[in-house]
Amino acid sequence: MLELRDVYGGYGEGFVLNGISLRVEEGQAVGLLGRNGAGKTTTMRAIMGLLPRVAGDIRLRGESLVGLPPHVICSKGITLVPQGRRIFPSLTVTENLLLGARQPRPDQRVRWTVDEIYELFPILKERGKIRGTLLSGGEQQMLTIARSLMTQPLVLLCDEPSEGLAPVMVQRVGEILQRIKRAGLSILLAEQNLDLALSVIDVAYIVEEGRIIWHGPKEELLANRDLQETYLGLRVEV
Amino acid sequence: MPINTASLVIGLSYASLLFLVSVGLSVVFGLMRFVNLATGSLYLIGGYVAWSVARKSNSFLLALIAGAAAALVLGILIERGFLQRLHRQELLQVALTLGIAYIVQDVTRWIWGGDPLRLRPPAVFRGSMELFGSVVPTYRVALIGIGAVLAIAVWYLLERTKWGAYVRAGVDDLEMVQCLGINARRIFAVVFALGALLCGLGGALGTPVTGVAPGTDIQLQLMALIVVVLGGLGSVAGAIVASIVVALVDTMVRTFWPEASFFAVWALAAFVLIVRPQGLLGRTGW
Repeated sequence: MLELRDVYGGYGEGFVLNGISLRVEEGQAVGLLGRNGAGKTTTMRAIMGLLPRVAGDIRLRGESLVGLPPHVICSKGITLVPQGRRIFPSLTVTENLLLGARQPRPDQRVRWTVDEIYELFPILKERGKIRGTLLSGGEQQMLTIARSLMTQPLVLLCDEPSEGLAPVMVQRVGEILQRIKRAGLSILLAEQNLDLALSVIDVAYIVEEGRIIWHGPKEELLANRDLQETYLGLRVEV
Repeated sequence: MPINTASLVIGLSYASLLFLVSVGLSVVFGLMRFVNLATGSLYLIGGYVAWSVARKSNSFLLALIAGAAAALVLGILIERGFLQRLHRQELLQVALTLGIAYIVQDVTRWIWGGDPLRLRPPAVFRGSMELFGSVVPTYRVALIGIGAVLAIAVWYLLERTKWGAYVRAGVDDLEMVQCLGINARRIFAVVFALGALLCGLGGALGTPVTGVAPGTDIQLQLMALIVVVLGGLGSVAGAIVASIVVALVDTMVRTFWPEASFFAVWALAAFVLIVRPQGLLGRTGW
């Protein structure tokens, strides 16, 4: 579905990404793990067309995305659930939700109607008329995920959705992502919260200094204590 | 304080003109941090073209349409021709639009001469009328009405329509808007064109009261900048409120201490900037 081959990229002089290669298959949830500053967000920005300089190959269903502006990349089927949620403060919850709403592509398998979104996130219907930023942090995270789904993506890029949320909300975000994955959507999830990531993903890639230094099924990552401690600086209690 | 009905009418009618000139500047500014110092030129061209068309056709309505259309065309030329290439380069934007302002002033001086030109108001609005016991110019009262209607229309367009939601979201977070599949440059182009149209309409409507001459552009440009700073970037409600405040302060001070009117308006802007850097109704600072 989505493939990065040897992607270099940065903001000005020098590179932040030093050759990222990864694949997200259809219906698969892939984790992009690593420490702060390893290059997770920059990878997401490169895919979305938000990085000033990108070299290498980024393809969606075989079609190159390099050099396209973000709104075209979105219309081809990739959208970003950004770090920090970035709800539009001047817009109501409903306006936020429907801003990027579009019709699904004819060949699209996973589609979202407004009713389905409201079933998945009832709070967005109840509180539709208030300003988006008046929602709680967790509700805002629901809104930013829902807002992205309304663009009818083929691949959802999800950047640190657990950041700044209470544990119970983190769990709720995990459940939502699992449901979206079960619906058949492809997900690329950048996370520092390993528990959350492992509850969603099938495959993990570990980033360090803008390179992929390890990748494999999540079971292997779970079994490999060394890997967890050395590159993620934390451990999962099994 | 010399506040009476007559000075209120004069102040509020001036506020109508200021709103028309500044609302586009404000939204364009808020949307892409884009500085357009040729805003006054759009007012100027609107006024001159309206004057010529009114003389030829004897129709005030036609003059308004022609003035607005001329500014629209000039605005689109500026945006398509130059500004598109200068995104995020504020210094070049300032230099370029200021250069355009000088060129427009010279060209219009060449065509229309250096003397102030004044347009007669349309027949229905000529003369004066009685309002709350004072005698006031009818055209000024009409200007207040027209300004109010246009302000409500612009507010509705931006606050209550889907297209307006694109603009507001763009003012909040342009990058995120693009990530949701919306072409930010197209929104910017439309906002810029609409702003130019309103400037031109303001110039045409203003010709019977402010007249039009070389220098009108600079005067309106400065006032519009104060309105934008005072009201807050990208805020229509802010532009409405600030237009009224600036116009009333200017008019009041002008009646009892004419030399200080310009100073008073700038002092007000400086004071607001110190106390509330984001402007009266703005959300984000500079």
